[in-house]
Amino acid sequence: MFESFTTRTKQRFCWPQLLLWVVVIAVIVAAPVVLPVFRLNLLGRFLSLAIVALGIDLIWGFTGLLSLGQGIFFAVGGYAAAMYLQLNSSEGQPNGIPEFFSLYGVDRLPFFWEPFHNPVFTLIAIWFVPALLAAVLGNMVFRNRIKGVYFSILTQAALLVFFNFFNGQQKLINGTNGLKTDVTQLFGQMIGSPEMQRGFFWLTCLMVFLTWFFVRWVVRGRFGDVLIAIRDDEPRLRFTGFNPTLFKTIVFAIAGGLAGIGGALFTVQSGIVSPQYMAVPFSIEMVIWVAVGGRGTLVGAIFGAVAIMYTKSLVSEAWPQGWLFIQGGLFILVVTALPEGVIGWLKSDGPRNLLSRIGFVRPIGTYPQLEMDGQDEVQT
Amino acid sequence: MTMPLLELRQITVSFDGFLALRDLNLNLKPGELRAVIGPNGAGKTTFLDVITGKTTPSEGDVMFKGRSLLGTREHRIARLGIGRKFQSPRVFEKLSVQENLALAVSCPKQPWSLLVGGLNGNQRDQVYHLMSIVNLQNRADWAAGSLSHGQKQWLEIAMLVGQDPDLLLVDEPVAGLTDEETDLTADLLKSLAGDHTVLVIEHDMEFIRRLESPVTVLHQGHVLCEGTMDQVQADPRVIEVYLGTTEENNG
Repeated sequence: MFESFTTRTKQRFCWPQLLLWVVVIAVIVAAPVVLPVFRLNLLGRFLSLAIVALGIDLIWGFTGLLSLGQGIFFAVGGYAAAMYLQLNSSEGQPNGIPEFFSLYGVDRLPFFWEPFHNPVFTLIAIWFVPALLAAVLGNMVFRNRIKGVYFSILTQAALLVFFNFFNGQQKLINGTNGLKTDVTQLFGQMIGSPEMQRGFFWLTCLMVFLTWFFVRWVVRGRFGDVLIAIRDDEPRLRFTGFNPTLFKTIVFAIAGGLAGIGGALFTVQSGIVSPQYMAVPFSIEMVIWVAVGGRGTLVGAIFGAVAIMYTKSLVSEAWPQGWLFIQGGLFILVVTALPEGVIGWLKSDGPRNLLSRIGFVRPIGTYPQLEMDGQDEVQT
Repeated sequence: MTMPLLELRQITVSFDGFLALRDLNLNLKPGELRAVIGPNGAGKTTFLDVITGKTTPSEGDVMFKGRSLLGTREHRIARLGIGRKFQSPRVFEKLSVQENLALAVSCPKQPWSLLVGGLNGNQRDQVYHLMSIVNLQNRADWAAGSLSHGQKQWLEIAMLVGQDPDLLLVDEPVAGLTDEETDLTADLLKSLAGDHTVLVIEHDMEFIRRLESPVTVLHQGHVLCEGTMDQVQADPRVIEVYLGTTEENNG
C-alpha cells in the first residue's frame, strides 16, 4: 500500500523508458536497410560516442565527478586501434613500418609500437591503457581530496597537456596529422569498405548494449549506493568506514576504459585518429550530451550522445554556422528548465506537469498523501 | 584496573594561533556512557574531529584500544570501531532508509564485495531490526531526504549503531526533537551503553540529566570539571561560565 507513495523513481516502472527502448531497437534493426552508407556510418560513430557518454554518466551523474578530460582516454583508445591497423597494413612499406615514418626519417619502429603487432594485446590495450591512465591520474587527484570545480579544471589542464604532447610527436605518432585507418587492412579487407563499416556498426551496437548492462550492474546495488553517497556527502561516507578515494579511482578508471573503447570504435568508423580528438570543446560537448540526456539516467546518456550528434550533423549540413547557437541554447535550456535532462524530465512526470500547467490536463490526486500522512502520525 | 578504551592526552589544537582545544585530557572506560557539555565555542565539535581523524592535533596523542590514532585516516578510524553522528543530521538523502542502513552494516566495506554480493542474511536482519528500533520500518523505501528532521536524527543514530562501533560519538542527538522523541533517544543511548562506549555531546540539560551519566564540562578547549550532573551544576565555576542562566533547572 505504500508503493504509490514511494518518493524514489529508481525502481518505478516507467513507460517512456520502455517506449524509448522500443524505438532504439527498431532504429538499430532498420538502420542498415533504410539508411545510406554515409548516414549509417554517422550513426555508428555517434553510438560509439554513447559508450563514452555512459562512462561520463557513471562518474558525473552518479559519483559527482565532472571530468572535462575524457578526450584523453577517448583518443588513447583510438590510437591503440589505429596503431595495430597501421602495423597490420605496413608490410609493403619501406622498412616494414607505417609509411608516415619515412617522412620524418625514422627507420626503426618506436619501442611502444612493438606490442601492437599482436591483435589480442591491442584488444586489451584499447580499454586497459586508458583505464590505467585514468586510475593513475585520478588517484593523484582524489588522494589529495581535490574535488568539485578544481577537479574539473585539473582534468581540462591534463587534456591540454596531452593534446599538445600528441601534436608535437611527429616521429612517434605522426603528430598533428594523426593516424589514418580507412585504407588499412583487417581480415584482408579495407577498413573503409562498406561491408567492414556495416560490421563495425553492428559491433558498436553490441558494445553499447554491453556497456549499458555493465554500467547498470555497477550502479545498482550497494556499490552504486556508495557512488551516490560520495556525490552527496563524501566526508560522511568516510566516517561510515568507506574509503572514497578507492571508489572514485575505480569508477574513474572504468569511465576511462569505456572512453577508450568508444574512441577505438569511433576511429575505425571515422577513418582517422588525430590529436583533434583531444580538443577542449569536444570533451565539453561530451559532458553536454549527458547533461541534456539526463544525469544519472543511463538511457539519457545514450540518447543525449546520439540525438545531439545526429542533430548536429543534420543542422551543420543545412546551416553550417547554426549549430553552435543551438548547442548553446540546449545548454541554457538544461540549466534553467530541465536540470535533470530530457530523460530525467520524462521520468519525473514532466510531460504531465507541463500539460497541466498549460491547462490541458487537470491535476489529479493531490490529496491522498495528506490523508496518508495523518495515518502515519498516529502510528508513530 | 581496566585499560581505558579511549584516552586523550594533553591534546592541543590550534587554528592559526587560536586554541580550539588546549591541554585536554579525557579517559573513557569500556562500556561507559559519558556526557560532554560546554558553552558555544568550548571546542566540543573540534574534540570529536580530533578523535575521528578529521583534525590533527598540534600537540598530544589520542589512544584507542592502546594504539595511537594520530596519522590514521578517517575511514580506517571508523573501521577500528569509532562511529560518529554529526551535529545536524547527515544521512544520504537520495538513498532510501534501507539503503542508508545497508551501507552502514556492510562489512567488509571494499568495492569488490559491494559489487558482487548483496547483504547476507544476518546483515539484512540487522537492517530490519535497526529500522524497527527507530520506528522507520514503514519508511524503508523512502528517500532519506524526505524524512522529517527527527526521523533523520534517528536514522543517523541507527546507522551509527549499524556500524557496530565500540565507541559511539553522538553530537547533539536531540536537537530539534520533540520531548517524547528526546526521551526515547535517551533510553536508546542508555541501552547501548554497556555493550558499547557512548560519548554524548548535548546542550539539552534535561536530556543529560535523563542519561544519568558522568558529565564532563568543557570550557575554552579545556576540561573545566567532571562529575555527576548535580555535582557539576553545583560547581561555582560551571555556574559562572555556563549554567548561571539556567539555575532554574535545579528546582
